[in-house]
Amino acid sequence: MADRLSDFYTLPLDDWIEVVVKEWLVPNFRPAFQALQWPIDQLLGWLEDGLLWLPYPVFVAMVPLIAWRVAGTRVAIFALSAVLLLDLLGIWQETMITLSMIITAVAFCVMVGVPLGILAARSDRFAGLIRPVLDIMQTIPPFVYLVPIVMLFGVGIVPGVIATIIFALPPMIRLTNLGIRQVQSELVEAGLAFGASRRQLLFEIQIPLALRTIMAGLNQTLMLSLSMVVIAALIGAGGLGLTVFTGLGRLDIGRASLGGIGIVLLAILLDRITQALGEGGQAGRGSTKRSFRQLLFKGGRQHGTEDDS
Amino acid sequence: MAPDDRAPTDRHKVVVEHLFKVFGGDAEETIRRAQAGEAKDRIYAETHSVAAVADISFSVDLGEIFVVMGLSGSGKSTLIRCLNRLIEPTRGRILLDGEDVLAMDAGALRRLRAHKLSMVFQHFALFPHKTVAENVEFGLKVRGMGAAERRDKALRALAQVGLEAYADVPPDNLSGGMQQRVGLARGLAVDPDIMLMDEPFSALDPLIRRDMQDELLALQSQLHMTILFITHDLHEALRIGDRIAIMKDGRFVQTGTPEEIVARPADDYVAAFTRDVDRGRVFRMGRLSRPAATVTLGDAPGEARRRCDDAAQAGIHVVDDDGFPLGIVPRADLDVLEDGGGELRALMRRNYPAARADQELIELYGACARGLPIAVLDAAGRLQGCVDPLRIFALLAGDAAAGMPACRSETAACEAAKEP
Ligand SMILES: Nc1ncnc2c1ncn2[C@@H]1O[C@H](COP(=O)(O)OP(=O)(O)O)[C@@H](O)[C@H]1O
Ligand SMILES: [Mg+2]
Repeated sequence: MADRLSDFYTLPLDDWIEVVVKEWLVPNFRPAFQALQWPIDQLLGWLEDGLLWLPYPVFVAMVPLIAWRVAGTRVAIFALSAVLLLDLLGIWQETMITLSMIITAVAFCVMVGVPLGILAARSDRFAGLIRPVLDIMQTIPPFVYLVPIVMLFGVGIVPGVIATIIFALPPMIRLTNLGIRQVQSELVEAGLAFGASRRQLLFEIQIPLALRTIMAGLNQTLMLSLSMVVIAALIGAGGLGLTVFTGLGRLDIGRASLGGIGIVLLAILLDRITQALGEGGQAGRGSTKRSFRQLLFKGGRQHGTEDDS
Repeated sequence: MAPDDRAPTDRHKVVVEHLFKVFGGDAEETIRRAQAGEAKDRIYAETHSVAAVADISFSVDLGEIFVVMGLSGSGKSTLIRCLNRLIEPTRGRILLDGEDVLAMDAGALRRLRAHKLSMVFQHFALFPHKTVAENVEFGLKVRGMGAAERRDKALRALAQVGLEAYADVPPDNLSGGMQQRVGLARGLAVDPDIMLMDEPFSALDPLIRRDMQDELLALQSQLHMTILFITHDLHEALRIGDRIAIMKDGRFVQTGTPEEIVARPADDYVAAFTRDVDRGRVFRMGRLSRPAATVTLGDAPGEARRRCDDAAQAGIHVVDDDGFPLGIVPRADLDVLEDGGGELRALMRRNYPAARADQELIELYGACARGLPIAVLDAAGRLQGCVDPLRIFALLAGDAAAGMPACRSETAACEAAKEP
């Protein structure tokens, strides 16, 4: 006795998807997707070469210094320990490859996410349109899109970065949108009342005041990128993810742990530094934080002045 | 140009005609109901739309301070934001210098906002990420003015409000009163024709609020802007308004000078406000001052008596050739002197009651007790006018003036009381 519909008929959705991807998407759009790789490839290669070319002592000096300027003494001490440990463990090179992947992914997330977030903040319709897309991006397991990514882009480090971008992009868009919408309406009114155009309103008022929230989005995007490192290794990305992945394959618990420790150290360091950047100037401990923020704003302002004249 | 051959729209800086703003729901239906005189609550209950501004018409003359006073939710903020189209009006006409604001495209509107209008906000709305000077420069920067020039103008505007020393600090470091001075300076920096002020002093402590009111009046006496000023405080409205509109549920229930509002509240709603007004603190001598009848020492006492009676004054001031007062001759003393004998000099009292135009009435109760007209002197000490003490009492009595048995002198308040 048949008591369910599937006893008579199964919807062949899996076949359909396969047909669409294999017969239509891949043959027709592969060149387009290949072209999309180019800028990612460029930035990635440049960063990787650069980071591996820099002599190790430069990192020992610069990383703690940056951490100290931005986030204070404690983070600086942690940074120094992390840089020394990563070298002692023999995973320095892998760490640099992972770092260049992360920076590339985050850079593209910012380039795509901030403008989309701004658009979403300006238009309720666009915000409504993009919301379900973001929901899907955040709930769908990354393993699901690894297959079509491999079909379209092949294997290697660049497809790994693309998977990372898809996974890490949503908070950048969401928090840019939120930050701009949260700017006090009286301040926006004040801008408009003095005759500001939409562009002036954006750059003079909305973005500076949303910067804290946008930086929080950047921080989340960064953390998500780091959590994709191992998954990206599945499709041929190298670095610390590969260390973990090969350790896993050989049941080599020691090797896998080394990769894990590297990822955690990198995550904590990047998290503390970007968080401090986001909080910058907030009645803080360090006057250094404030000065960094002023540095940030001063730059923006001078730029604006040049625009005007 | 004689005033007569100007079109009405030329004389007025701001003209608003039958303005409506409806939030939500069916705008046409809501306007129709509002025009039929339906109450705001009932319209909301039946249509779920708010007629925040319902059929408002008024005009403001060049150099005038027009105050809109009403309780919270009466639609004041919505009304003032319609003028620069921060809120898009639903229907009606707005003319600034005869130009139709609602017909402007985005570019023209931006130019209007940048050059002709400026705005001061209730909660200051200063940009926390900019310094005080950068805040003040904002309107100029938006226009595209160069950095050095706008900094210069900003510092001058800050000097006008006494804050040039604070140019380079963030506004959060300043007290509320100082922050609103920055808000005022930001408004002044663009040399606006028309200043829109939405409850600018409401968030300040009472003492600071009075200082700010005085400061605004002082600035206005130099700058002669046209000001649309919103407040929920009738005292404030009476102190600074040349004319006042009382707003309730999106409509103006009464428009008039402060004296008219106090003396003749249009309905119980307005009367409920004016009842508690301390008129002695609200009004200043300048408001009551009328041209004084005067004589010189050379004039005959008979002439003095005639002029005094014509002006219906309880006494007449004696002035020298340059207009400086020498003393006063009480009307009663002129009677003693039958038909012209003797000299004014003998009758003149050198000790006469006098005041400045900006003094509050409460400071002059003692002077009133003498029963003689109070001389109002200008800054140089010349006689600029005089105030009959009875006029002061009539004004203090306010709405009760209608019940007073008789008005002895021809004052506006008494005229007002006599009218049906
Ligand atoms: N954006 C809006 N949407 C819906 N209703 C509004 C909106 N803005 C104001 N209102 C309503 O319009 C009326 C007038 O508000 P407002 O102009 O702020 O009054 P006031 O400034 O006198 O306190 C209120 O009933 C308020 O609820
Ligand atoms: Mg309001």
